Amino acid sequence: MTEFLARSAMGAPVRGTAMVASDGFSARYDLDRIKGVFVRPGHKLEGRAYSGMILVMDRAKGGVATAWMLREMASRGIVPAALVFNTVNPIMVQGAAFGDITMMSGFDVDITQVVQDGAVVELDTTPDRKLLRIIG
Amino acid sequence: MQLDEEAEAMRRGAHGRARQWAIEHQLRVGRYFGAQQMVRVDQAHIMADTESLGAVGVDWLESLAALPPEERRVRIPTITDPRGTDFTRTAALRHEEWMLDLERRAIAAFEAMGILMTNTCINYQTIMPPVFGEHVAYGDTGVVIYCNSVLGARSNFEGGPSALAAGLTGRTPSYGFHLDQQRRGSLLVELSWQPDALHEWGALGGVVGRLAGDYWRVPVLTGLRQAPTSDQMKHFGAAMASFGSVAMFHIEGVTPECRSLADVFDGGMPPERHRVTPDDVQRLLASYNDGADGVDVVVFSAPQLSLLEMQQVADLLDGRRVVTPLLAITSPQVKPDADRLGLTARIEAAGATVLSGMCFYQSYAREMAEAHGWKRLVTNSAKLTNIIGGYGYRPVLLSAEQCVEAACQGCIP
Repeated sequence: MTEFLARSAMGAPVRGTAMVASDGFSARYDLDRIKGVFVRPGHKLEGRAYSGMILVMDRAKGGVATAWMLREMASRGIVPAALVFNTVNPIMVQGAAFGDITMMSGFDVDITQVVQDGAVVELDTTPDRKLLRIIG
Repeated sequence: MQLDEEAEAMRRGAHGRARQWAIEHQLRVGRYFGAQQMVRVDQAHIMADTESLGAVGVDWLESLAALPPEERRVRIPTITDPRGTDFTRTAALRHEEWMLDLERRAIAAFEAMGILMTNTCINYQTIMPPVFGEHVAYGDTGVVIYCNSVLGARSNFEGGPSALAAGLTGRTPSYGFHLDQQRRGSLLVELSWQPDALHEWGALGGVVGRLAGDYWRVPVLTGLRQAPTSDQMKHFGAAMASFGSVAMFHIEGVTPECRSLADVFDGGMPPERHRVTPDDVQRLLASYNDGADGVDVVVFSAPQLSLLEMQQVADLLDGRRVVTPLLAITSPQVKPDADRLGLTARIEAAGATVLSGMCFYQSYAREMAEAHGWKRLVTNSAKLTNIIGGYGYRPVLLSAEQCVEAACQGCIP
């Protein structure tokens, strides 16, 4: 089992399947939130369904709407299980706080390069740990 | 995080349930970023169109609005970003009753909280621009980057819930662009030319935004021959924020915290240098042109148009007739002046539509595309081209003159 220490984390511990891309993320810019699919042309996850997945992405992008949208997505049950980033912006953190979505960010490695797409990962968000573990 | 006595009382619930939620939300966000304390803010600006809120978000707003007045009312001047419709043009937009119902409910809730429904993303041009050094809690990335960079105010990107929290508490967590160290330059962008048209300024913002690519990096531009206008800065900053999640830039000799490069690089060498040429801007413009020549809708929006932009559109449309829908979208503050000065009448005499209080991408853009059969969208807004692809459109970024030609000819000129 391999694990990576994050600088920041919030939300409940989560275990699930990682959907990984070295790309940015914005709920407004990138998603068809009704269908639960990445639709932005050229996005590395274009065409893929994200509901229930642990998204492992490079960075949070602009678009303040995400702060509302994560909660709205959660209310319909078509939402990622958790969000993991190399770098976040305030909007994504505010949205995760408002929507009660598990989030983790800030690693000593490029997290999109060390977690394989489809891997089973566990996010341990307890304040003294903040670990992403690759289970299998 | 350290809280003062009043904030601690809010946390205990002594100031009511809305402020208790607000301070707890701010603590969660502040702790994530390692904030040590709160900073008092003088204004808040809330992005809260109902396409983003959804029914669950409106329900939540109404739960706050149902609290007693002393619990629910904001403590500092709090204003709003564009709404999801123009209530005078809902039929033309083909906005459905369920959308309008959500909008009416959200507006009623905000008004019950004492929030001013300004419905604008150009408040720095029309309402009350913040002053140098003023701490604010602004939503809309274009508002934040303009106020940080051009005016020297201090704000992070504050999403709707966080801006509302700031309105309720009069505070925000002190991290990011509230702090001196975050406002230093991260990369130097050297220019030996200067854009002219607004779409070129937007495209330059897109190029620089992609170079920076990160909220925590601050581009510094050098080599401009003269200070850009407010509208040029508006399109430049809005695009940079959209393409790169960037919240602040400096321009040597122009923006107030960068009289010289030494001011923002602490007298040392920039850690990173880039040269951006007109070819870089042309490549970004070309990337949105797929060779097809059809046009479904022409949009001037994102950000809302200033009075001077409204005049430009009116001048270009004089004596013309559009064959493709052309929407010119401005703020509720500019619209009465546009009416009074005859600009609205001149634009609409050409068959185009003037809208106010909304912004195209915040106004059920996907549903409008489906209702109207719109796919190929022509605009002079680089920000809109970056956003709208996610709503099923194929955007093309052209000059204002070319946009009007496209609307009058029904094809890309």
